Amino acid sequence: MTSLDKPAAAGPRTDRPRRRRVGTGARRGVPLPLLVPGLLGLAFLLVPLLALLVRAPWRGLPEQLTSPEVWQALQLSLITATAATAVSLVLGVPLAWLLARTEFPGRGLLRALVTLPLVLPPVVGGVALLLALGRNGIVGKWLDAWFGITLPFTTTGVIIAEAFVAMPFLVISVEGTLRAADPRYEEAATTLGASRFTAFRRVTLPLIAPGIAAGAVLAWARALGEFGATITFAGNFPGRTQTMPLAVYLALQNDPDAAIALSLVLLAVSIAVLAGLRDRWMTAS
Amino acid sequence: MTRSVRRTRTLQLAGAGAAALMALSACSSSSDSEKDSGATASSASPKLSGTVNVFAAASLQESFTTLGKKFESEHPGTKVTFNFGGSDTLAANITGGAPADVFAAASPKTMAIVTDKKDAVGTPATFVRNQLEIATVPGNPHKVDSLKDLTGSGLKVVLCDKTVPCGAAAQKALDASKLKLTPVSYEQDVKGALTKVELKEADAAVVYKTDVHAAGDKVEGVEFPESADAINDYPIALLKNAPNAEAAKAFIALVRSAEGQKVLSQAGFLKP
Amino acid sequence: MTNPHHPTDADPSPTDGTPNPAEGRRMPPRRTDGPDTPPAAADGAPTPLGPPAPDHETDTGGAGGNPNPAEGRPTAPHRPAGLDAHLVVDRGAFSLDIELTAAPGDVLALLGPNGAGKTTALRALAGLVPLTAGHLRLDGTPLERTPPESRPVGVVFQDYLLFPHLSALDNVAFGPRCHGASKSEARAQATEWLTRMGLADHTGAKPRRLSGGQAQRVALARALATSPRLLLLDEPLAALDARTRLEIRAQLRRHLNEFEAVAVLVTHDPLDAMVLADRLVVVEHGRIVQHGTPTDIARRPRTDYIAQLVGLNLYRGHAEGHTVRLDSGPSITTTEALSGPAFVAFPPSAVNLFRERPAGAGARNLWRCEVGGLETHGDQIRADLTGELPLAADLTTVAAAELDLRPGAPVWATVKATQTHAYPA
Repeated sequence: MTSLDKPAAAGPRTDRPRRRRVGTGARRGVPLPLLVPGLLGLAFLLVPLLALLVRAPWRGLPEQLTSPEVWQALQLSLITATAATAVSLVLGVPLAWLLARTEFPGRGLLRALVTLPLVLPPVVGGVALLLALGRNGIVGKWLDAWFGITLPFTTTGVIIAEAFVAMPFLVISVEGTLRAADPRYEEAATTLGASRFTAFRRVTLPLIAPGIAAGAVLAWARALGEFGATITFAGNFPGRTQTMPLAVYLALQNDPDAAIALSLVLLAVSIAVLAGLRDRWMTAS
Repeated sequence: MTRSVRRTRTLQLAGAGAAALMALSACSSSSDSEKDSGATASSASPKLSGTVNVFAAASLQESFTTLGKKFESEHPGTKVTFNFGGSDTLAANITGGAPADVFAAASPKTMAIVTDKKDAVGTPATFVRNQLEIATVPGNPHKVDSLKDLTGSGLKVVLCDKTVPCGAAAQKALDASKLKLTPVSYEQDVKGALTKVELKEADAAVVYKTDVHAAGDKVEGVEFPESADAINDYPIALLKNAPNAEAAKAFIALVRSAEGQKVLSQAGFLKP
Repeated sequence: MTNPHHPTDADPSPTDGTPNPAEGRRMPPRRTDGPDTPPAAADGAPTPLGPPAPDHETDTGGAGGNPNPAEGRPTAPHRPAGLDAHLVVDRGAFSLDIELTAAPGDVLALLGPNGAGKTTALRALAGLVPLTAGHLRLDGTPLERTPPESRPVGVVFQDYLLFPHLSALDNVAFGPRCHGASKSEARAQATEWLTRMGLADHTGAKPRRLSGGQAQRVALARALATSPRLLLLDEPLAALDARTRLEIRAQLRRHLNEFEAVAVLVTHDPLDAMVLADRLVVVEHGRIVQHGTPTDIARRPRTDYIAQLVGLNLYRGHAEGHTVRLDSGPSITTTEALSGPAFVAFPPSAVNLFRERPAGAGARNLWRCEVGGLETHGDQIRADLTGELPLAADLTTVAAAELDLRPGAPVWATVKATQTHAYPA
């Protein structure tokens, strides 16, 4: 993801006409106290990825990558991460709206609680999900008794675990955008005869679309890399619940080369998707 | 009543999950030396002092901590510090130059990483063995009695992944008895497998005896004869670059002594 | 801004006696007994000014007075048409309590300083702020409990709030769509409205590509497209630059004239209020302090705020015949003979300043003052005087130089009785 910023960073130097777009500050005007830590930060983020590339078993790579298990895991990862993002959108955008646009006692506390999965170690999140939605969980018990639904060890379970960890990113992002957006547009819409929901759908939603998109990408990326909650809640079974990060972790136990190869695949796919989305927005806006 | 008991347990489990995560980041546990409480050493061997650094497999945490305290009280002036973790990680640390005196691994394979690099002194000695056991939910409601019972349909079984020792061992036992078992999940480590049973998400798991032992009454252990085919040896070795070799030797001796073996067998380990 | 009521000293020397063209946004007072000067609009540009409905000069804005007979409007026979509101909004530190009535065709302006509660009143009318008490009836229908989307109310917001993601056409079509029109119907209506506003060429433009004046007209079209029975305009011209403002003000006046239901606009600009509205309601601290026709308000301010807005020195006192004795001591001789509590008003330009006490002096209105401060307003100098009678005086730059005016300088101030205006308080 970070590598995407590279061309932009190089822009001001080489491309005069584009300077206006990239930033107003001339290069020589960049203060050293910002430039040095900034570049250090960039290196800090990029060097580990670079190391992964350097140490990659390039010779054995084709063989590693053509194994059906890898494709199975990759496919499952993409499907579940996308589904988890969809779940996050459907539930998270309305939640963000409630947090940003309504007043009720304890809202501040609720906002903090919503962000809790961000700080919770994912493994603990997985345990918490088991306690809630597991076969003997406080909710899962009834799902099992009434509908015969058990979530652990299923692909649905993977999606739930990923959504649990990823949704806060979306909610935070969308809520931030909503707070920054002028609520009076909604008022203007209601004075024109729109119900509050119509106002949300036809005015607010289009206005905060960039924030939603950014939040969705964050959530998708987080879901794609999710490990702890997934393996704890949904277990690890090839083709059903074994996503790429799980495959990478287990490969790491006795075949680091395979782990590196798998990581590269995950990395390449995420970069491709994120770069694709980014370009699309940039042209759209 | 039942409810409150359950609640306490769930909290413990959540804590256990967090603790497991902490263990991943290799926390070292050390205990302050206790004052001589009478149980002093009988033999007046050379006066030992200083710190002994012991790198030991995570499954040894309880028993080694007990032994460490015992050692410190027998040899006033010494201090035992532990680094518990996954054996492969510890082996990598040692070959990477970590200052350790003793390495106690959970498998000969991981010990081999160290001996291959010639970082150990002499031949590692097997000091305990660990045997597989079936862990079922308390009361064993599904009447699991043998490894074969696990293959029955409708039973949710979790195994360790084949890439980790307990999974490899379980596979070995299954192969030996020509059984085919499709679990609901291949867990990343033995704790993961056990947690699933503790939370009653899985009906049974194949784990080590010591794990069943450590889980107390949260799971019920079922021994099975095929486990004899997949017994794990735990080797211990003095390391070549040991800063405190004398004390380290004494600690290894304590581990291998009758006294040490008693503590270890209480944790569920088998004698070598 | 200067405060016309500042104590000062004075010194004799003739000052410019001509009526003062109001500076900035000050409303030049219409002086019946002086030569009528062409009022200067904001930024010095001439505007057609004065009361828009000269024949209602005597109507002091009695609530419900309807200057324009409602033409052929479908109102139920027993229902009083128009607006009848008593708006009470209590927000702890701030409370609003005002009554507003208007007949169809009326344009009512709420005028007041920032924080007076004008916008709150407007939002209460729109339903965006709930009423704590009081009532709101429109054409006889109670609306207190009606949510904003169900009120027949159109709003032009201060910064228009055009939906940035929709074209001008879709912005205007939004209302009809919400009221159940089909997409094509709504668009047809919107096209018609935009054409009427002279924006036929801009239907496809996104709001950010519209100029301020165009955006204002789109906003008006959007509000009118729902056929509201009450049109609310919040500072409709505040976001425009001076030039556009002049043009749009005239256009808005025309559109408001055509609008057959009640229109209420909020402004802090007296010029906008006087040009656009038939009646003014001056709100201060959440209460109505004065209401009436623009002429009446301009001629007979009743609070310092209004006096300052319209550019008059205002004093309150007790009248006996031709003399009004002010509460603070000095008295002012007036042409009108009154008795009882009274106001006296005169423009700063009516004040003559002298460095020495003027000899003879038929001027009985003579006060010893001191220059508190000086400010330039175009080619005029505004002197704030303190002393016996705090007042604001306007004089030419030349006169100021001749008098050697500077802060602290003692001056004598005189005002001819003929240039004062007294009226009962």
